[in-house]
Amino acid sequence: MEALLSNLALGFSVAFTPEALMYCLIGCLLGTLIGVLPGIGPVATIAMLLPATFALKPEFSLIMLAGIYYGAQYGGSTTAILVNIPGESSSVVTALDGYQMARKGRAGAALGIAALGSFFAGCVATLLLAAAAPPLAQIAFKFGPAEYFSLMTLGLIAAVVLAHGSVIKAVGMILLGLLLGLVGTDVNSGMARFNFSIPELSDGIGFVSVAMGIFGFAEIIKNLEQGEEREVFVNKVGRLLPTWDDVKQAYPAVLRGTALGSLLGILPGGGAVLASFSAYTLEKKIAKDSSQFGKGDIRGVAAPESANNAAAQTSFIPLLTLGIPPNPVMALMVGAMIIQGIQPGPQVMTEKPQLFWGMVVSMWIGNLMLVILNLPLIGIWIKLLTVPYRLLYPAILVFCCIGVYSLSNSPFDVLVTACFGLVGYIFVKLECEPAPLLLGFILGPMMEENLRRAMLLSRGDATTFVTRPLSATLLGISLLLLLIIMLPAIRKKREEAFVEE
Amino acid sequence: MHLRNPKDFWSGIMFAAIGFAFAIVVKVYEYPMGTASRMGPGYFPFVLGNALGILGLIILLKSLVTNGGVVSKFAWRPIAWILGGVIIFGLTVKMVGLALAIVTLVIIASFGGHEFKLKEQLIAAVILAAFSIGVFVYGLKLPFPIWPSFFG
Repeated sequence: MEALLSNLALGFSVAFTPEALMYCLIGCLLGTLIGVLPGIGPVATIAMLLPATFALKPEFSLIMLAGIYYGAQYGGSTTAILVNIPGESSSVVTALDGYQMARKGRAGAALGIAALGSFFAGCVATLLLAAAAPPLAQIAFKFGPAEYFSLMTLGLIAAVVLAHGSVIKAVGMILLGLLLGLVGTDVNSGMARFNFSIPELSDGIGFVSVAMGIFGFAEIIKNLEQGEEREVFVNKVGRLLPTWDDVKQAYPAVLRGTALGSLLGILPGGGAVLASFSAYTLEKKIAKDSSQFGKGDIRGVAAPESANNAAAQTSFIPLLTLGIPPNPVMALMVGAMIIQGIQPGPQVMTEKPQLFWGMVVSMWIGNLMLVILNLPLIGIWIKLLTVPYRLLYPAILVFCCIGVYSLSNSPFDVLVTACFGLVGYIFVKLECEPAPLLLGFILGPMMEENLRRAMLLSRGDATTFVTRPLSATLLGISLLLLLIIMLPAIRKKREEAFVEE
Repeated sequence: MHLRNPKDFWSGIMFAAIGFAFAIVVKVYEYPMGTASRMGPGYFPFVLGNALGILGLIILLKSLVTNGGVVSKFAWRPIAWILGGVIIFGLTVKMVGLALAIVTLVIIASFGGHEFKLKEQLIAAVILAAFSIGVFVYGLKLPFPIWPSFFG
């Protein structure tokens, strides 16, 4: 407890400097700004804004990126409630009841409860992160290369289980991601692989290019194809503060959502999307009167919104303690850390405590800022929603292009991004979920490295993965997950769970 | 031949082609394989490539006995205008400067949309260019030239 308090005190001393507060604020504002725009999720938002943080000190850069992340989450729910177009997939369920509330003239209450519920969830999850991280990092120090390899396997398999659509295609996307991640110079031998004598490729394919192409450009093309159908409830947002009755009805849902979200966020492959879906389903199941769900029940907004924010926060736990990203957003954070010269993993906490605890505390501050900012600024966000897409998408393109170009100040990255835009569009057409690909892409080199080291240590004996107890346990869980999803009953359930999308 | 599950059929082809291509590149360029205890740079990609290739074949074969959705038509117009605009931006920005490159990108990309209003897009382009130059060049100090290089 004392250690926790002194750690948090250290964090506050970093995060409460004017500079840190400013970057947190800028991050939250930019994140919300982009997150509000329909059709741009947090992955594309972070990829787009990433280059803007390169010039900053590592602490500030990560604080700002974290701010962008929850800003994008908040922005997404605003869009879901007001336009019925979820800005990102974790707000899909929010749209179900939130939009109906808006149609009944209670948009304000929906937005208010979403903000307050998220803030509460954010507080709890931040505390959880602060409490759980040090002991988890201790475990992580016991990890050898075999354990890391098994852990990444578990993470990737979990990502498959939780991906939408076909399991076997998700496995394919992971393998494809792993392979693409291997393009470039092999760290062990110094040999350039799959570069076809293109000098720029010997540094590998930039992950920003992959993320922005697949999640940014491909999305824009898809949106343009579908055409514009939007109906914004601008006139009758109503009072923002929920009534006492609303609060009484919503707070148990907030509590349950927070608990469920915190738990699911930690799981590899989990994260905000799964959390919000499960929270909504849970509320519907346990409600005495579930007839109002889908017609504007406040619990249907409160639970998923709390859950997705809690999960967004706790998904930092595996990233910061093990160095393993549980979802694509965290994969981008890994990329950002590596660019800043920080190797994610348990050593970050001991070697760079200011950075670690500063970031944890700034998460809480970021949440607070969002409540304070978003409710009064809601008018501006609504205005933004009324800007037609034909004006929005060129702006998005411009920012993406500037961002990618500035990665290396050469046309090369822009061309690669354009290629991945086309590739991403093909994925959409073939119904191949791209999230597992990005995860595999980031994990590819790490997996190869750990596999090699583990095999070197065991002198070529592959049984090392099952004879070491920790590694065997992790692989056992992976196998179990795969078996479970193969069961016909579960398979059907899973298909149902994602059908609402 | 009538495909019962075109989406999966083509996904299978895609995975198989890419997977085996990686494995073939390992062989053709002779990346050293090494041994299980000392893996060379070719080992892991070769195994992964073949795994993806085989998985692709499985998806392909499965698609022949299941029913599934058709692949809807590619929207080539937005693809061409959007990606074309992006590529032109990338190739020309150093020469023509950020101001002109942004205006060009906005105009080209606008052709990918449903309606095109020249005046509106021009105004948007100029505002965007001014905003971006202010934020990125003056604010974040990114090294972009603002005006065409032949203006000096």
